[in-house]
Amino acid sequence: MATILIDGRACPARTDENLLQACLEAGADLPYFCWHPDLGSVGACRQCAIKQFSGPDDKTGRIVMACMTQVTDGAILSIDEPQAREFRAGVVEWLMTNHPHDCPVCPEGGECHLQDMTVMTGHDSRRYRFTKRTHRNQDLGPFINHEMNRCIGCYRCVRFYRDYAGGEDLAAFAAHNDLYFGRHEDGALESAFSGNLVEVCPTGVFTDKPFSAVYSRKWDMRGAPSVCAHCAVGCNTIVNARQGTVRRVINRYHEAVNRYFLCDRGRYGHGFTSAPTRLRAPILRQDGIPVPISMATALERFAAMAKDGPIVGIGSTRASLESNFALRCLTGPDRFSTGLTQLEHDLTMQVPALLRATPARNPSLHDMESADAVLVLGEDVCVTAPRLSLALRQTLRRAAFPAADAAKVPHWMDAAVRMLGADAPSPLMVLTPAATDLDPIAATIHRAAPDNLARLGFAIAHRVDNSAPDAPDLSETEIQLADALATALRTAHRPLIVAGLQYANAALIHAAANIATALHATGADAALSLVVPDCNSMGMALTGGIPLDAVRAMARAGHIGTLVVVENDLTRRLDAATLDELLAAVPHLVVIDHIATRLAERADLLLPAASFAESGGTLVNTEGRAQRFLPALTPTMPIQESWRWTQQLTQAATHADAPEWTNLDQIVATIAQEIPALSRIIDAAPDAEYRLDGRRIRSEPARISGRTAVRADISVHDRPLPQSPDTPLSPSMEGAYSPDMPGALMPFYHAPGWNSVQSLNRFQQEIGGPMRGGDAGTRLLDDGIPPETPEWHHDIPTPFTTAPDDLLLLPEPRLFGTEELSALSPPIAARVTPATLRLSTLPAGLQDGGMVSLTLAGEHLTLPVRHDPALPPGIALCPPHLAARAFTTPVRVQLHGDDTP
Amino acid sequence: MTAPMPVIIGVTLAVLLGLATFLTWFERRLLGLWQDRYGPNRVGPGGILQAVADGIKILFKQDWIPPFADRGVFVLAPAIGMMTVLLSFGVVPVTAFWSIAGNLNVGLLFVLAMMGMGVYGVVLAGWASNSKYALLGGMRAAAQMISYEVFMGLSVLGVVMQTGSFTMRDIVLAQSGLWFIVPQVLGCVVFTLAGVAETHRLPFDLPEGENELGAGFHTEYSGMKFGMFFLAEYAGVVLISALLVTLYLGGWQGPLLPPALWFGLKTGALVCLFILLRAALPRPRYDQLMALGWKILLPLSLLNIAATGAILLLHAPG
Amino acid sequence: MFGILRTLWLTFLHMGHRRVTVGYPEHKPPLPPRYRGRIILSRDPDGMERCVACNLCAVACPVDCISLQKAEQDGRWYPDYFRINFSRCIFCGMCEEACPTYAIQLIPDFEMSEYLRPNLVYEKEDLLISGTGKYPDYSFFRVAGVKIPGKDKGEAEREAPPVDIHTLLP
Ligand code: SF4
Ligand code: SF4
Ligand code: SF4
Ligand code: SF4
Ligand code: FES
Repeated sequence: MATILIDGRACPARTDENLLQACLEAGADLPYFCWHPDLGSVGACRQCAIKQFSGPDDKTGRIVMACMTQVTDGAILSIDEPQAREFRAGVVEWLMTNHPHDCPVCPEGGECHLQDMTVMTGHDSRRYRFTKRTHRNQDLGPFINHEMNRCIGCYRCVRFYRDYAGGEDLAAFAAHNDLYFGRHEDGALESAFSGNLVEVCPTGVFTDKPFSAVYSRKWDMRGAPSVCAHCAVGCNTIVNARQGTVRRVINRYHEAVNRYFLCDRGRYGHGFTSAPTRLRAPILRQDGIPVPISMATALERFAAMAKDGPIVGIGSTRASLESNFALRCLTGPDRFSTGLTQLEHDLTMQVPALLRATPARNPSLHDMESADAVLVLGEDVCVTAPRLSLALRQTLRRAAFPAADAAKVPHWMDAAVRMLGADAPSPLMVLTPAATDLDPIAATIHRAAPDNLARLGFAIAHRVDNSAPDAPDLSETEIQLADALATALRTAHRPLIVAGLQYANAALIHAAANIATALHATGADAALSLVVPDCNSMGMALTGGIPLDAVRAMARAGHIGTLVVVENDLTRRLDAATLDELLAAVPHLVVIDHIATRLAERADLLLPAASFAESGGTLVNTEGRAQRFLPALTPTMPIQESWRWTQQLTQAATHADAPEWTNLDQIVATIAQEIPALSRIIDAAPDAEYRLDGRRIRSEPARISGRTAVRADISVHDRPLPQSPDTPLSPSMEGAYSPDMPGALMPFYHAPGWNSVQSLNRFQQEIGGPMRGGDAGTRLLDDGIPPETPEWHHDIPTPFTTAPDDLLLLPEPRLFGTEELSALSPPIAARVTPATLRLSTLPAGLQDGGMVSLTLAGEHLTLPVRHDPALPPGIALCPPHLAARAFTTPVRVQLHGDDTP
Repeated sequence: MTAPMPVIIGVTLAVLLGLATFLTWFERRLLGLWQDRYGPNRVGPGGILQAVADGIKILFKQDWIPPFADRGVFVLAPAIGMMTVLLSFGVVPVTAFWSIAGNLNVGLLFVLAMMGMGVYGVVLAGWASNSKYALLGGMRAAAQMISYEVFMGLSVLGVVMQTGSFTMRDIVLAQSGLWFIVPQVLGCVVFTLAGVAETHRLPFDLPEGENELGAGFHTEYSGMKFGMFFLAEYAGVVLISALLVTLYLGGWQGPLLPPALWFGLKTGALVCLFILLRAALPRPRYDQLMALGWKILLPLSLLNIAATGAILLLHAPG
Repeated sequence: MFGILRTLWLTFLHMGHRRVTVGYPEHKPPLPPRYRGRIILSRDPDGMERCVACNLCAVACPVDCISLQKAEQDGRWYPDYFRINFSRCIFCGMCEEACPTYAIQLIPDFEMSEYLRPNLVYEKEDLLISGTGKYPDYSFFRVAGVKIPGKDKGEAEREAPPVDIHTLLP
């Protein structure tokens, strides 16, 4: 710890940070543009100028760029010094010479860093009288609006897009005053992280396009802390809502998980909450005709159904812990299904056990960024866990740190560090069946079938630790590769192994566990991360239940009177014939969901559930971190949370000892009591009784507008906004708000003078560090006690064999389109590309792009083929759910050639 | 030629209430006149029906009793206020033959007693409302009215000493030669000021000083209960004017015109004076009000008693 | 003491003065053009809606009685709905003060009493007039940098033509 003097005030500072960070941490208002806490400094904008004095006797001082100057103990600085002020005012005035007169029609207005900084420097009237340079805009696809006139040339966009996220198709063009940031031609931005430009760009150049269609100023929207439901990483988000609809999703900083960035699926996937397929009333199917009914009738009907035999429940890995648990209470643990087919079920159930039993660390995303060797084993994390892949990408930057340290360049000096690290070897090793977006930056890439990758994994483990079993019959190249990778991993201090359930291959995750265990035994600080498919797969694994196959068996035996399915579209999991057989054997099907799925169309009783934006709940992410999401909207009756529906069904059906939860906290408490593995989910967020300074935290900004007019067309009478019993946030702008709010309850970011997301700096203990009020969520899997001596997995598969006309069909999940809910969001749907069949060798007589037919999951499909010579032979790739509805791996298929039936 | 008692009571009551109602309009018109505006001039000829309209309005207003109030007392308070004023009129002789109890041998004491009772109306209203503004107003009223009652009592002693009787009629008859305003000018001034304070009329309306207390003791009142306070205030103005006429301005006596008209004219003129006070003078601070009472009016009235006594002794037979 | 008596006397003398009250509605008082009465939404000189749905009036309003929703067509922002609850409005003029486009204006008309409060809720149809109101010449989109039909990039006031980004020449 050093101490620096800012305008005569002694402030603590760290010597590994720059003066800008130190000033901001000290609470000073120092304007800046180009510096970003996770992108570092480049000194491009010259806005952060301050005076530094060489000693108490130095009265003149010199102007330095705060973001480019290291903290030294005893440094004497002045932000208020007239010359420094004048310098900064000059910079802003000059940046504004070309700025268009756009604020009223700029979606950034009201949360614009440029507006804040202009006000902060005091520039208020234009002296420049000549013409402004203008630019033409580009169509950057369904996510991002482009308005280049507003650019101030801070380079943040390209530094994020290219340097941080590895995108290729955004660049700086032209020069000097004409600087242009865009693509080489119109077209959708390809990066999976393009949405972050909205938050990274300090001006209104890049703005949120879907949000613009339902635009509302920041001060007019209610915010609620939420958790992304579109993959298992569990990024923290803020849901903004106004007038009963979700307007947008933005990033909510979590030090250890998503930090400053989200992927586009998370940012733009919320559209399903207002999709036309949303269910809004209970529906009873009478003689095949759907009839909307009242809640009371629905419950009566269910009570009648319940008399016809035992109730079996099918939960969902995309539903909250609470929804699943309430269902489990309705049916009893023995009749509660995880909603997963046997193989998926077994694998999912294994993951927490595996993570607990492996002595290696189970890292958070931020933790992964500092790994110095990363082995990705058989998982395309770029699509199954996009934000995680962005974390892995940062290991590359860490690889430059030794060189930077040697050259005495501080780590935040971004351009210099990247320059010095240009030759640093990449720590990434990617072993997957198909190419991934990480390949271009990986040191080693290897393509093989999942079984062969698992074998390679076992071989690596054996080469790290001899006591681990080796894979027999390895080929020469495999042996060489295993040797090389083992050496790379062994020499690392913080090696990381990443695997997952994408290919539903148990051997893969066992091999990954073996490697991690072996590395740990060598004394390295090894880490193992296993990626599960859905936002609450891990929660389901900890809750437990029976697989779908067991439900089918019960149905066949006639042991099911009523089947209750909660937020699970079984048509995606069971092929048509199997599903028909199951439903035929079940007298009553009750479906609780928020969207009209294909399964919902077949339900005898369909109950409308609240989506994530209208309900509170807990999700457990892939690292076993339980995180709470809170309602941004009050669901309009009869829409209610799945757990409330299920609780009412329980009360309707049994009349006795049905649970009596009146709010979220009570069901959370019951879960914690009944399921030991989930006992700590209570700590995921403060409960509804939480008060800050004796008051609830307000969910709306203090300056929300139109309160007496927004409903005036319906009624001119004021009415208090309904308070949800599930959240400690108040429904209005009344309540407390302070920088010390818990991270789990952050409704929006705002600090005096800082209207943009940059105000986040005011809420952190230190920049890029934990939140002042504590980070959200609680990790559940850290209580494992690994065995004394390593326990090895021995299920080494035999080498993958190819058959002439028999292909192993593997899932090729797409960033957009595969995940069920986000695919219903219009901007995401616009980015979905049609399904193809990827093959390494084309059948004779077939061209790239030609049609081929096959039978998959009972469906006869005709798909265009794409030739991908990099694929290992005998393997075909097809995006799940896009071609055939149901998809279970592994599956062997035969191609029928172009014989259109 | 004395009319039967029920008739007298009935007519007095009707005239009084009618007058109070009329005054609500008349005062506003007069204030308008003195402040270069019109005042209520829309309803009926010259706006005279405004009083009726207001009456109808106030009768139809929701008569709301705040849930936090002390119900019984809350209802009782305006009734006390109204009743004490009306009862005081009983002893005022309109003419030698027209009064309810003008002969009462403790007439003046009865008036003072009723004034004392009147304090309860205001204090209880403030107390029962259970709200801070009302309570503050009630407390101010208590202090103000009790203080000024002292000066009022002392100021009339001069008159009593000269007359040698508490009977109102005797007091009037004693002025057939010279109105008491001449020998008792000090007493008259003190009585007038004390009268304004007793009726808590502007400029001495501190108990309801709306710029600091909302509406003071009747903040929580609405509907006809508020109307009762309102009317009681105007009835109070008439009462004080009538008392001034009786005690200092020779009552019904006067040349040419019939006695009842003389009484009416004198009272009317004084009512106008009260309204002029309201039109012209700002409200003093509370401490100024109390200082005026205890530091000026008290010595003045004592001086008046002493002087009257001295003169009476000097002129006493034997 | 004398002062008080003098005050009383002077006030009494006012009996003979002329009354300043104007007897509305028989006599309509002349109102200055900047009188803050009924609120209207004006159009720009081209006859297009001036309001760009920037929400600044709504946030400036101290009683929060303005509510609107932005919509957009070909780069032009406009309010999808625009609602003023006049039963709340205090005619302070803050909205006009805040408006960057001169769209919202308070005009010298105050005769808008209603017997039913809901009738005081004005929607865009009730607010939008066909003229420019107090500011005949101003057109926001002629000054702003966004492209709208009929005004390409570089064609606004004081704008240079769009740069050719393929050249590095100064
Ligand atoms: S970028 Fe900011 S300053 Fe520029 S027009 Fe938009 S809101 Fe205004
Ligand atoms: S587009 Fe935005 S982020 Fe990029 S240089 Fe311009 S202002 Fe900076
Ligand atoms: S005049 Fe004032 S109160 Fe009325 S709408 Fe405008 S800002 Fe709001
Ligand atoms: S301030 Fe003007 S332009 Fe903006 S929304 Fe209000 S009326 Fe429209
Ligand atoms: S923030 Fe320091 S130069 Fe841009």
